[in-house]
Amino acid sequence: MSWTKKILRVNLTNGEVAEEPLNMDWAAQYIGQRGLGTRYLVEETDPTCDALGADNKLIFATGPLTGTAVSTGGRYSVICKSPLTGAVACSNSGGFFGAELKSAGWDMIIFEGKAGSPVRLHIENEKAEIIPADDLWGKTVWETDKLIHAAVQDPQVRVAAVGRSAEAGCLYSAIINDLHRAAGRSGVGTVMASKNLKAVSVRGTRGVGNIKDPVRFMKSVAEQKQVLAENAVTGQGLPALGTQVLMNVINEVGALPTHNMRDVQFEGANNISGEAMLEARESDGKPNLTTNAACFGCTIACGRISTIDKGHFTVENKPEYWGNSGGLEYEAAWALGAATGVDDLDTLTYANFVCNEDGMDPISFGATVGAAMDLFDLGAITTEDTGGMDLSFGSSEALAWCVEKVAAGEGFGKEIGMGSKKLCEKYGHPGLSMSVKGQEFPAYDPRGIQGMGLTYATSNRGACHLRSYTVASEILGIPEKTDPLETEGKAGLVKAFQDATAAVDSMGLCVFTTFAWSLDNMAPQMDAACDGEWTVERLVEAGERVWNLERDYNMKAGLTGADDNLPARLLKEAAKTGPAEGKVCGLDEMLPEYYSLRGWTPDGQVTRETRQKFSLPA
Amino acid sequence: MLRSLSIDAEKCTGCLQCEMACSYENEGVFNPAKSRIKVFTFHDEGRFVPYTCTQCDEAWCLHACPVEAIVMNKATGAMEVADSVCVGCKVCTIACPFGTVNYNQDTGKVIKCDLCGGDPKCAEACPTDAIVYVDADATGLDKMRAWAAKTDNAASARG
Repeated sequence: MSWTKKILRVNLTNGEVAEEPLNMDWAAQYIGQRGLGTRYLVEETDPTCDALGADNKLIFATGPLTGTAVSTGGRYSVICKSPLTGAVACSNSGGFFGAELKSAGWDMIIFEGKAGSPVRLHIENEKAEIIPADDLWGKTVWETDKLIHAAVQDPQVRVAAVGRSAEAGCLYSAIINDLHRAAGRSGVGTVMASKNLKAVSVRGTRGVGNIKDPVRFMKSVAEQKQVLAENAVTGQGLPALGTQVLMNVINEVGALPTHNMRDVQFEGANNISGEAMLEARESDGKPNLTTNAACFGCTIACGRISTIDKGHFTVENKPEYWGNSGGLEYEAAWALGAATGVDDLDTLTYANFVCNEDGMDPISFGATVGAAMDLFDLGAITTEDTGGMDLSFGSSEALAWCVEKVAAGEGFGKEIGMGSKKLCEKYGHPGLSMSVKGQEFPAYDPRGIQGMGLTYATSNRGACHLRSYTVASEILGIPEKTDPLETEGKAGLVKAFQDATAAVDSMGLCVFTTFAWSLDNMAPQMDAACDGEWTVERLVEAGERVWNLERDYNMKAGLTGADDNLPARLLKEAAKTGPAEGKVCGLDEMLPEYYSLRGWTPDGQVTRETRQKFSLPA
Repeated sequence: MLRSLSIDAEKCTGCLQCEMACSYENEGVFNPAKSRIKVFTFHDEGRFVPYTCTQCDEAWCLHACPVEAIVMNKATGAMEVADSVCVGCKVCTIACPFGTVNYNQDTGKVIKCDLCGGDPKCAEACPTDAIVYVDADATGLDKMRAWAAKTDNAASARG
């Protein structure tokens, strides 16, 4: 094993739930989670389907190492067609939900069809039940979590739910589990709500066992935990500062996209950095950060648990926000902060809380607010459109107002909820959407980190940092240093990162381990746990297969090589300051070589030879 | 020398490595639901607290057991449940003031921490030393050291 070899199929149209065996031939090729979930999506859906229609499917998939003692082995992914991009969506989440699902005996849940009225699914080991959820519709994720716990009378149940934003059709709604961990990107929460599925709760007491070679496995797990502990990033930087360790670093190298990517450095960066989260507040002497926190099985513990100053304007007289909850991670702090020009830590933390509370992707949300502020600055959006709100760059009030409106799906919040692409098209400036395939960029400017330009352009789920994190090499020197301002060699670097990451995402592990681990560290754990022989070479091959499968799905969905592009702002407007001053992103210097390395045609189509090489489905 | 589990909740990140190590050692599966040590999350407060049996000298569970299934392991000081004797009456779970003896419905027996026979796997698995296995007479040593470090020698000399 360590697959449970069981799938739970839930037909929301006719209310039937059924158990079926996992396709182990596919597991041997696609591993699990991201890869295997996508294989099922490809098999069972038409890529041209309406992402928000009953024909789209929603797959919750764990990996073979999910629920085991391998460090970070607690993850699951949600796979479907994305309503934001029209491409494949695959959003990965930590917390405890994934391991609980595995412990209940399931590798995967496949939701199909659409319920006639709001429902939730409750799983207790082998038993799965669809339950009416009219009472939960219109509730936030946090309220839903509380009500389900009260209903099932079991404090140990884990809940994944969508908030009001998803119900209202926000195109970047997330699925939130354990109150503040998110399958965040590409609108997987929107798809869940479109099926009238409000929440999934699970209690698993069977455990994860059937380890192939237990003695070797436990030895390998202990050795590799030690590697994480001794690494400066995973052993010190991430526990102490979280991913926010990056804010000042990326600003200094001139790659912190600011004011909707007009600028590459943010004067307020230090105010919203990981270091700032440790500084005592004037009001109560406490820092923003209370403690770091781990997801299931994770020995890094990069998670942030934070509070907002009780006297801050965002939470005055709102005691429900006075306690601790999931705090700012780097991408969220960037999107809510630098992209909008807001440098007030409490406002950002509040916006982050609300994104968790009502299930929005803070990257797409913040970046869309940044685009709206850009449009407002140009006069394309006015106070008439917003109903009076001044959307000037840097306005904390505007950011807090926007997050509340999108969360509730009200007024101008409906427009921010469309994402930057549709918003900028509507207001006549499509070029101001800082997105690829309709999904907003995360926190690295490709003018200052060239490899990230190719990463964004070719990511199968639209702009994303988690598909090939070349920042590791270009800035941090992991596994070896490359020049962030050079395009040469980046095609190969991006491909290598993409394939390895696809394997990591398919095993059930967290990509943050890769600051310390390569596949050399993961293969022995995978091999000791799972049926078959798992070498580094096999993992790389599986990763490349997964990448090509996703690409193939997108091409069948109607995307083309022309969609592997960046906004003109990044290709034509040079960086104004910092080490990258005068540079644009040299995408055209990297893309042809990348296609060639991939074994694709010059216009980006997967060739017959490549298809055969990886035994892709027809 | 007897040793005890010493828990410093401030160091805990809530990762559940202890629960996995415990359940794997005792049940052969990674299964927090069957762990003898539990980590509690106090979400609003931002705190994680591991909790398990402290191996009372005058153990309520041991005294309450009608069939003498709970006996002290003289080498480790742990109160151990003899599965072959336990009848699953659960009186010990009522007697324990701390809730650290629990019924396992899969086996019909009770389960509690037995210090893994002197090599507790939770402490071994803990990545932050929130759980350590130390001299039973000196579980306060680290806290004493921390306070000692804060002592202002110069001030006390003047006093």
